[in-house]
Amino acid sequence: MSANMQALAEQKYKYGFTTDIEMEEFPRGLNEDIIRLISAKKDEPEWMLKWRLKAFAAWKQMEEPDWARISHPPINYQDLYYYAAPAKAQPKSLDEVDPELLKTYEKLGIPLNERAALAGVAVDAVFDSVSVATTFRETLSKSGVIFCPISEAVREHPDLVREYLGSVVPVRDNFFAALNSAVFSDGSFVYIPKGVRCPMELSTYFRINARNTGQFERTLIIADEAASVSYLEGCTAPMRDENQLHAAVVELVALDEAKIKYSTVQNWYPGNAEGKGGIYNFVTKRGACRGRNSKISWTQVETGSAITWKYPSCILQGDGSVGEFYSVAVTNNFQQADTGTKMIHLGKNTTSTIVSKGISAGHSNNTYRGLVRIAATASGARNHTQCDSLLIGDQCGAHTVPYIESRNTSAKVEHEATTSKIAEDQLFYCRTRGLSQEDAVGLIVNGFCKDVLKELPMEFAVEAQKLLSVSLEGSVG
Amino acid sequence: MLEIKNLHARIGDKEILRGVNLTVPDGEIHAIMGPNGAGKSTLSYVLSGREGYEVTEGEVIYNGQNLLDLEPEDRAAAGIFLAFQYPVELPGVGNANFLRTALNAIRRKRGEEELDAVAFLKLARAAVRSLHMKEDFLKRNVNVGFSGGEKKRNEMLQMALLQPGLAILDETDSGLDIDALKIVADGVNALRAPKFSALIITHYQRLLDHIVPDVVHVLANGRIVRSGPKELALELEERGYAGLEAA
Repeated sequence: MSANMQALAEQKYKYGFTTDIEMEEFPRGLNEDIIRLISAKKDEPEWMLKWRLKAFAAWKQMEEPDWARISHPPINYQDLYYYAAPAKAQPKSLDEVDPELLKTYEKLGIPLNERAALAGVAVDAVFDSVSVATTFRETLSKSGVIFCPISEAVREHPDLVREYLGSVVPVRDNFFAALNSAVFSDGSFVYIPKGVRCPMELSTYFRINARNTGQFERTLIIADEAASVSYLEGCTAPMRDENQLHAAVVELVALDEAKIKYSTVQNWYPGNAEGKGGIYNFVTKRGACRGRNSKISWTQVETGSAITWKYPSCILQGDGSVGEFYSVAVTNNFQQADTGTKMIHLGKNTTSTIVSKGISAGHSNNTYRGLVRIAATASGARNHTQCDSLLIGDQCGAHTVPYIESRNTSAKVEHEATTSKIAEDQLFYCRTRGLSQEDAVGLIVNGFCKDVLKELPMEFAVEAQKLLSVSLEGSVG
Repeated sequence: MLEIKNLHARIGDKEILRGVNLTVPDGEIHAIMGPNGAGKSTLSYVLSGREGYEVTEGEVIYNGQNLLDLEPEDRAAAGIFLAFQYPVELPGVGNANFLRTALNAIRRKRGEEELDAVAFLKLARAAVRSLHMKEDFLKRNVNVGFSGGEKKRNEMLQMALLQPGLAILDETDSGLDIDALKIVADGVNALRAPKFSALIITHYQRLLDHIVPDVVHVLANGRIVRSGPKELALELEERGYAGLEAA
C-alpha cells in the first residue's frame, strides 16, 4: 500500500487526533505507592484505600486469563502509567473547564455546553484518568437522581458506594477486574431513587489521550425500587503505533421492578490496516437483577479496539427478572474480538434473550462466547439465544462458543446460530440498482444487524449505522 | 439507443457469446428468444456488468457511452436496468429503504436532488398502487419470503421508480402464472415512451402476447441467427428452435 493510500485508509478513523494539554502523570509502573498516590489525589477516605490495596494484593496472585481466542505480545504492567490527568485544578463548574478540553469534546461531537448539547442527554466526560465535566447535574438532582464522577461519589455518597461497589463484580472476579479495583481512577456513578424514571438519557464519554497510559474506569449504576434509567457510553482514542490498555469495570444493580438499559458504542482506535497499534479492551461488565421483576438490558456496538475481551452479563436473582444482551461486534483488518455474555438464572420464572451479530472482514477473528446457566432454583426459567455471523472475504474467522448448563428440568433453553457470507449476487443486485459497492455492503450489514440496532436510543442508532459502514470500508473488492 | 457490436464474452475458458450484433433504437421493444444455453442470460449479465464474464472482443454503446468501461452502478445511473430472473433476497433490509437508497444514489450520480423520506414515500405509494400491489410491500424486507410472483412484481416496482432508459428483462416471465405475467407486461407497457427501450429475454412466446415487441431476435450458439417482426415469435413457438443453430 502506498503511503498516500495508507494515510487515506487511516483517515477513516476520524477520532485519531491528540489534545495538546499540560498533563499531570504519576511515574510509570504499579506498586502500593502508586495506589496510595491515586487514592490521595482523589482525597479518598481510608476504607477506599484499604479496598484498593486488598485488590492489589489479590491481583499480584492472579494470572492473565488465556482461554479467549485472542493473542497479543505480553503486556508489561510495570511499563504503563496508571494515572494521567489534565494538570489544571479540577473545575467546579462547566464554565471553568479548560477551553482546550471543551474543544476536544466539541471535535468528538459531544458538546459539553448545556445549551449546545443533545437535547435530553446528560454527559459525564472522562479524559484519561479523570472526569472533566458532568452536564445537567442540577436538572437531574431536582428529581433526586445522582449523576457524578465516581471519585466524587466515594467522598459524597460513601454509604451507597460502600454498599454496592464490588458487590456485582467482586475484587477477585478476574485478573483485569482485580487490576481495575486497585487502580481505577474515574468513571460515572448513578443512583436513581425509588420510583423515579430518570428524566434524561445519561451518558459517559470516555477519551484516552495520554501516551502509554492505561485507562481504568469504574462505573456503578444503582436503580432503586421501580426506578428506571437509560445509560449510554461512547469511547474513542488517538491513533498511536503502540497498544494501549483499557480495563474497565461496570456494575449495575436493579432492585424490585427497576429497569436499567445500558448501551455502548465502542469505537476505540482499532490499529492500522497492518494491525499496528490500537486499544486492548479488557472489560468486565455485569448487572445484578436483585429485585423481583427487575430488568437489565445490555446493547453494544463494538467496532473499535485491537482486542475486545468483554462479556456483559446478567445475574437474574429476583423472581421474574429479565436479562437481555444485544450485540454487534465488527472486526476488520487484524482486529480480534472475543465477546458475548453470561446469563445466570437463579430466580423463578427468569427470562433472558441473547442476540449476537458478529461481522468479520479482512484478516480478523471474531468469537461469540456465551454462558447460559440455569440454577436448580430457577424453575420456569427461559432463554433464547440467536447468534449470527457474517463473513466478508475469505481471510477472516468467525467462531461461536456457547455454553449451556441447566440444573432445572422445567427450564427452556433455545440456541440458534447461523453463519453466512455476503454473497456476490447480493452485491451485484444492489449495484445494478445504482448502489456503490461500499454502500451495498453498508446496507447489507445494517440489515444483518437490524435486530440489535433497533434496541439503541435513536440518535445512537443513526451514529452506529454510519460507524458500521465506515468500519468496513475497503473490506470488499 | 443501444448498439452491440461483435460482442464476444466468456466465462473462464468457455466462450459463450461469439459475435453478437444488435441495435435497439430508442422507443422500441426487442425480444430475444432462443434455446437453453444459447447465451441469453450471459448477454444480460455482460450488459449490466456482472463480474466473472470476460469480454474478449467487441463493444456496447449506449447513448454514445461505452458501457463496458462502466461499473454496474454507473451503468444504472446511465439508465440500464436489469430485471433479474431470480431476484436476490436482502435479509433485514426494508424494501422502502432499499428503493430510496437506490433512487437517491442514481439521482446523485445524475446530478439531481435527492428525495427526502416524505417525497419518496409519496412516489413509492403511487407506484405500488399502479402495480396493484399491497402497501405493506414497502415495509417488507427486500424479496425475503416473497413468492415467485411477488419477487417479479418487486422488480417491476423498482423499475417503475428508477425510470430506466433501457430495461433488460432476463426471463422475468419464468415460473409466473397468467396474472403475474400480466403485471410484468403492464409494468413494461406503462414505461413505453419515445426515450424508453427494452430488451425482453424469454424462452417462451407467451409473454410477448402481452408485451408486443417491435423486433424479435433469435440467439443461438452465442450469435443472433435471425431477426424479424413479432410474428417470428409465433413461428418459433410452432416449430421450435431446432435447425436454427445451423442457420
